[in-house]
Amino acid sequence: MEFSAPVLNYTLLSPMLIVLGGAIIGVLVEAFMSKALRPITQLSVTLGSLVLALVQVWKIRNEQSTTAAMGSVVIDGPAVFMQASILIISLISVLLIADTEHFTALAASLPGSEEERYAVQSGNQVTEVYPLTLFAVAGMMLFPVSSDLITLFVALEVLSLPLYLMAGLSRHRRLASQESALKYFLLGAFSSAFFLFGAAFLYGYSSSITFTGIRNAVVGGGGNDVFLLIGIAFLSVGLLFKVGAVPFHAWSPDVYQGAPTPVTAFMAAATKVAAFGAMLRIYYTAFANAQWSWTPALTIIAIITMVFGSLVAIAQRDVKRMLAYSSIAHAGFLLTGVIALNKAGLEATLFYLFAYGITTVGAFAIVTLVRDSAGEVTDLNRWKGLGKRSPWVATAFAGFLLSFAGIPLTSGFIGKFSIFSAAYESGATSVVIAGVLSSAIAAFFYIRVIVLMFFTDPVEDGTSVEIPSSLTSITVIFSMVVTIALGVFPAPVLTFISNLATFIR
Amino acid sequence: MNSLTLLGILPLIGALLIAVIPAEQVLRVKQAALGPTILVAISAIMMWLNFDESNTAFQFVQSAEWIPSFGINYAVGVDGLSLVLILLAVLLTPIVVLAGWNESEGGRWSAKVFYILILVLETMMIGVFAATDVFLFYVIFEAMLIPVYFLIGGYGTGERSAAAVKFLIYSLFGGLLMLASIIALYVMSGAQGGHTFDLQALSQLEMSSTTQNFLFLGFFIAFAIKAPLWPLHTWLPDAASSATPGTSVLLLGVLDKVGTFGMIRYCLTLFPEASKTFTPLIMVLAVISIVYGAILAIGQRDLKRLIAFTSISHFGFITMGIFAMTSQGHSGATLYMFNHGFSTAALFIVGGWMIARRGSSTIADFGGLQRVTPVMAWSFFLAGMSSLALPGLSSFVSEFLVLVGTFTRYPVHAVIATFGIVLAALYILIPVQKALHGPTTPGNEGLSDLNLREKVAIAPVMAIIIALGFYPSPLLNVINPASAHVIAQMGFTDPAPMNGDK
Repeated sequence: MEFSAPVLNYTLLSPMLIVLGGAIIGVLVEAFMSKALRPITQLSVTLGSLVLALVQVWKIRNEQSTTAAMGSVVIDGPAVFMQASILIISLISVLLIADTEHFTALAASLPGSEEERYAVQSGNQVTEVYPLTLFAVAGMMLFPVSSDLITLFVALEVLSLPLYLMAGLSRHRRLASQESALKYFLLGAFSSAFFLFGAAFLYGYSSSITFTGIRNAVVGGGGNDVFLLIGIAFLSVGLLFKVGAVPFHAWSPDVYQGAPTPVTAFMAAATKVAAFGAMLRIYYTAFANAQWSWTPALTIIAIITMVFGSLVAIAQRDVKRMLAYSSIAHAGFLLTGVIALNKAGLEATLFYLFAYGITTVGAFAIVTLVRDSAGEVTDLNRWKGLGKRSPWVATAFAGFLLSFAGIPLTSGFIGKFSIFSAAYESGATSVVIAGVLSSAIAAFFYIRVIVLMFFTDPVEDGTSVEIPSSLTSITVIFSMVVTIALGVFPAPVLTFISNLATFIR
Repeated sequence: MNSLTLLGILPLIGALLIAVIPAEQVLRVKQAALGPTILVAISAIMMWLNFDESNTAFQFVQSAEWIPSFGINYAVGVDGLSLVLILLAVLLTPIVVLAGWNESEGGRWSAKVFYILILVLETMMIGVFAATDVFLFYVIFEAMLIPVYFLIGGYGTGERSAAAVKFLIYSLFGGLLMLASIIALYVMSGAQGGHTFDLQALSQLEMSSTTQNFLFLGFFIAFAIKAPLWPLHTWLPDAASSATPGTSVLLLGVLDKVGTFGMIRYCLTLFPEASKTFTPLIMVLAVISIVYGAILAIGQRDLKRLIAFTSISHFGFITMGIFAMTSQGHSGATLYMFNHGFSTAALFIVGGWMIARRGSSTIADFGGLQRVTPVMAWSFFLAGMSSLALPGLSSFVSEFLVLVGTFTRYPVHAVIATFGIVLAALYILIPVQKALHGPTTPGNEGLSDLNLREKVAIAPVMAIIIALGFYPSPLLNVINPASAHVIAQMGFTDPAPMNGDK
């Protein structure tokens, strides 16, 4: 047997390679750098590689190639936009992660042990979260550009494994944090198994692991349709788990609550972009011609997801859990873009993902600021009167919530309008009606938080708002500016997206 | 720059001006709020003078691309209908600022925030009537909820936050139904020659009558909540009784008119067939509103709630006038929107002063005010008379036009609605008698009469009420061509008057 050297297009792969390289440097820094210099070095390496990768993505924005890595990676317009979204979201999340206050000094120590106390007192803070973040980012960037099932699975694991660890790094309430990490890991492992099972069936159906091969088999017909259906179903379970769609959402409230808030921000925003990116590619290319076999099921899941998320969010008393259920509802809205299966749907989903991701990071950035002596305060009752105590922080949070609710002049509204109109155009009227109704339900709990902050008198219980560090301020201000700008003048971004939003096959 | 756009931007500039004034300088803030609003009012009157009455097309138009990917334009223009409502909005705003000089005290936030919200709201009020792009209209329609929400919840009294939430949820729900209809229109326009939100282009769309009915309902329910029409009115009494008098004036006087304005501009224009289909139902709802609002008003003990229920009755008249589909009914309805704005403003402003002086809004707490505070009492009396449509005052003309316009096509409805006038006499005269006449209720002896600022604020309102009562032509000349145009577009001709002696 003859082996030929793989041909790689390094320019097109460079964004991912830069991020991976940064991650490896981060590991070395963690091992050999003195503890005084470590935090600042890690932060610079991480930000540096993300910025560099972003620059590189910008340079390749007009490239199209299916052969960047021996047919396993496809670079096209949507891919570039999704990678850029992931990088921007990661950049502003890393600014939150830079606040080491949230992270345990020594993740390996037992909660409440002597060892842990010593690590905290000596200021010997480990900073492994930075390389972990970069590894996750690299996985997320690979996920939506994979064009065969094996690469897709590898990307899924590369993005998931660091996230499992990161969820367990919280300094306060460490047991809850570790529990959430374990929960995330176990359920994630299950979903990976489903994913692989589905991949195996698809291989059985089409004798190919590439999306093009599967597509050709679907178009050509003649294969065993049962295999195709089982394959699509199980693969979808794995993907729907990642985006937190009902009934595969059970992990998300616990993990959102247990994980350190900066990690939650990163996970909630960037994972969604990556997972929906992969979903869009698979459904729009590999399964597009089998749409009658998956659109009905996905329609039902979308409707259940948005209605369930909105309804359950009403009952939440914890701000992080509320945002978790709100993100479930938004997963439902995003699914309507997948169901639409037209160019408008693709454009709308890309826009929605970007807008929603930025707003989400902004909202969680505000959550990191509300604290008492024992760490963050996430009980909504203790957010009462926040508007009186620190009007600007409360105003910013209200702005993010209004964007989630889809009030005009915010990015959320443009996103909602475009995604619903795309779905309506494709004939999915039921989803649009369900979407509009659940938006109305969702508006209720967003507004309830605004009422709590502005129209309720503060209680004196030691809750205070931290003066934001300059890094956190950058995140909040950037998110706010983008949220408003995309609501008032979305035209440049929309035009940009519509010029490049075509999947190459 | 286009004069209409300029008019809309002026209040925003005022808001920016206020934003840079330190919050401690309350007087300076108030002056900075009053100045721009007066300027806007004068500019709007200038625009009215330059308005070509004989032209039924939109005037002062401007159109620029906003979001080209969706075919959305920033497009504004006025016809007779929107001109009258813009005039209403910009005339009431300075009066509200002057009349409610101390209203921002007792709020959760500073006076600065209060006036910034008022000025932002004024921009949106101008924009919502001026928009000729359906998307632009929707954006402003929804966005204007936010300043009102904070005005009620932050500066109101009593159960202000609950009232604010109720207002917002009702309106958002209606708005989302309208959004669904707008999305459907957008998609259909794409299938029939290019995505657009232009009102003219959308009114030419071909659609099946079932689709048209559903889309009509999406719009109509949103407007009926806003207007408010029975049975979707329940948010209004709470909102009006919790808000400050100034906010209530803007809410009932202007914002609720967006509902009735929308019925003419959007429901009738976009869905003429569906409008005809639903007319019988809507006429019944309108008549119920008239009688129901009036009967409940009689039973109210709280002055602000009373005014709110009278408004529900009046909005019934407006809706009836619109859906009677006669040019008289339409002109009457449009004139009614303007007049109702001023008579409600008078009631709320004078009522607000009474409540602020007495420290209570229960009608029974007043009594014998005529003797203690004659000017205030007479002002309230005149406001009340305008509300019950006494001949010689402005509301009479519009109510009469609506009834005449309705009678020619729907005699039974018109006759029942006439009972509303009788009931109006009860709901106004009873509180007038209780509050103004009779022996002075203990505790009221020391109340002070209106001061100069308050007299200056209420004088223009009274002047307009009386002047338009005797000489409504300046407004009717603007309104009539627009109404006739809408009726002709709908394919209706006015029925010949029935003579009793035929």
